[in-house]
Amino acid sequence: MPAATSLGAWLRAPVPASPFQARMQAFWLGWRRLRRNPPALIGAAMLLVLIAVAAFAPLIATHDIYAQDLMARLQPPSAVHWLGTDDLGRDIFSRLVFGARITLYIAFLAALIAAPLGLVIGATAGYLGGWTDTVLMRLVDIFLSFPSLILALAFVAALGPGIENAIIAISLAAWPPIARLARAETLTVRQSDYIAAVRLQGASRLRIIVHHVMPMCIPSVVVRITLNMAAIILTAAGLGFLGLGAQPPSPEWGAMLSTGRQFVMTSWWIAAIPGTAILLTSLAFNLFGDGLRDVLDPRHG
Amino acid sequence: MADVAAMPARRRGRGNTAALPGWVGKAARLIVSIAVTLFGLMALTFFIGRMLPLDPVAAILGDNATQEAYEAMQRQLGLDQPLYIQFAHYVYDIARLDFGTALTTGKPVLDDIGRVFPATIELATVGILIGTGLGIPLGVLAAAYRDTAIDYFVRVFGLLGYSTPNFWLGLMGLVLFYATLGWVEGPGRIDTAYQWDIEPVTDLLLLDTAMAGQWDIFRNAFGHIILPASILGFGAMAYISRMTRSFMLEQLAQEYVIAARVKGLSWGRTVWVHAFRNVAVQVVTVVALAYAFLLEGAVLTETVFAWPGFGRYLTNALLGGDMNAVVGCTLVVGIIFVGLNLLSDLLYRVFDPRTR
Repeated sequence: MPAATSLGAWLRAPVPASPFQARMQAFWLGWRRLRRNPPALIGAAMLLVLIAVAAFAPLIATHDIYAQDLMARLQPPSAVHWLGTDDLGRDIFSRLVFGARITLYIAFLAALIAAPLGLVIGATAGYLGGWTDTVLMRLVDIFLSFPSLILALAFVAALGPGIENAIIAISLAAWPPIARLARAETLTVRQSDYIAAVRLQGASRLRIIVHHVMPMCIPSVVVRITLNMAAIILTAAGLGFLGLGAQPPSPEWGAMLSTGRQFVMTSWWIAAIPGTAILLTSLAFNLFGDGLRDVLDPRHG
Repeated sequence: MADVAAMPARRRGRGNTAALPGWVGKAARLIVSIAVTLFGLMALTFFIGRMLPLDPVAAILGDNATQEAYEAMQRQLGLDQPLYIQFAHYVYDIARLDFGTALTTGKPVLDDIGRVFPATIELATVGILIGTGLGIPLGVLAAAYRDTAIDYFVRVFGLLGYSTPNFWLGLMGLVLFYATLGWVEGPGRIDTAYQWDIEPVTDLLLLDTAMAGQWDIFRNAFGHIILPASILGFGAMAYISRMTRSFMLEQLAQEYVIAARVKGLSWGRTVWVHAFRNVAVQVVTVVALAYAFLLEGAVLTETVFAWPGFGRYLTNALLGGDMNAVVGCTLVVGIIFVGLNLLSDLLYRVFDPRTR
């Protein structure tokens, strides 16, 4: 296998010839560290399965998720309905499969809003210092004065129920810890020589923050947001459970659990199944996030 | 701002013993910082209250109100004035402890909160006792026997605590322990048969019944509280055991641990007496924070268990579109959260000589 050998040699070369090679080598080293961490691999595998299920949901689902069959209500798991049916006779397995899309949609969109927001605010506060820092960090402190679920609930109450509003509410509650983290990272790099060198070359403050400070914060922000996704999923499910998130007939897992609640004493699987799915997804993000922290952030390992 | 205010006092304190002592500056800085935070809490809750897409005037009068009646109500609520005047009124009302009237109950929000809070305090306290009682020993054991089966068990157990939706666990717990096995009592704080036999002193049922010697009612109340409290405690346990483990690992890597072992001290004694004493303060601050997070967990748990506490009140207010109650609850939780954070900070400063 000459190709494989040369690829291995290319990845192991002591002096990388190009920035691309250097980056690939860093990835490869990270992968090697991740490979020695079985829980993280399990988490990653679970997430891959989840993403595949979401991507191929129409192929995997066995029934129409909105088709009601009132003759077949509250059926226990069987060969036709693998995980049984709900109170309107809809197939729970198919709804669970499509629900994976909604869960991932909420988690990734909330992360995509909260992480850049926190990163920009934290890096700006940390680099500029002085009044900007005081004001922005006060703002962060005030947001952190509320437990995130309570804050998300209050925002949803004000914005009105619905999945988009739930995402906005969750993001608004999730950015402050990231801002604080990014600020701490920024404070450790702002005095370094390479920043001074860039500054002497005449780079603007905006350029320094965007091109030279923020990239240094990204690894810890990525770790943090991965771990946060577990909490985001639990919050989203909680909002759905209270009827403030995704609205019926959406197959969102929290909303499914909420319907199942009414029948829990007689047909417990209706609530048990979506809850297990929430638990496994949240667990996967926690496992993968912990492993990622060991790879990207060896100081806290 | 706070830094500048504190500096002269500190400098004077060092140069001249007759001047203000150092703690005055520190206290002033703390008070300024608390004031700024409270002001921010009010600004944020005010903002949330005004984001409402619902028209509060229409909510009170209905859609068929005449233009005159509409404008009169708008004036009465102060909504015709500029936002900063409205905010000034809002701050003034809160300073007088007037949080407005709850639409769902027709009573002042603060009275409502005072009425439902003991139930939540009782639940959260039993929860934190369970979480602390399990979390600390598990965390210490996991650190002391790192990378053994005990450690893996504690870590997996903790990870499950972090990942489980507690409202779902509550439902499943009810199905298993109440409906199927009959080990615990069902939803609610107490059986309705006992409801009028209790002399409310503290409004904490376990305490009231124990003081009155009503042990059968106590047993009933305990049967009701044990399941929701265990579920809340599970989440707290995850957090406390994880933090305890990492504090202990840091201590066990210190050289005094080796010295103690070389002197012939047993491993158990080294861990529990020497290392644990050094992390005790840190652990206490973590417990204070975990208690604050229990209030958050209580919102969903109370809904599942029909627990007549703060969380269920907030949920009902949310679903009823009762913005006065939602804002009032959010503000109260924020103040409690800030208070517990402050307490954990103070505990740290008072009990840990290294921070002096």
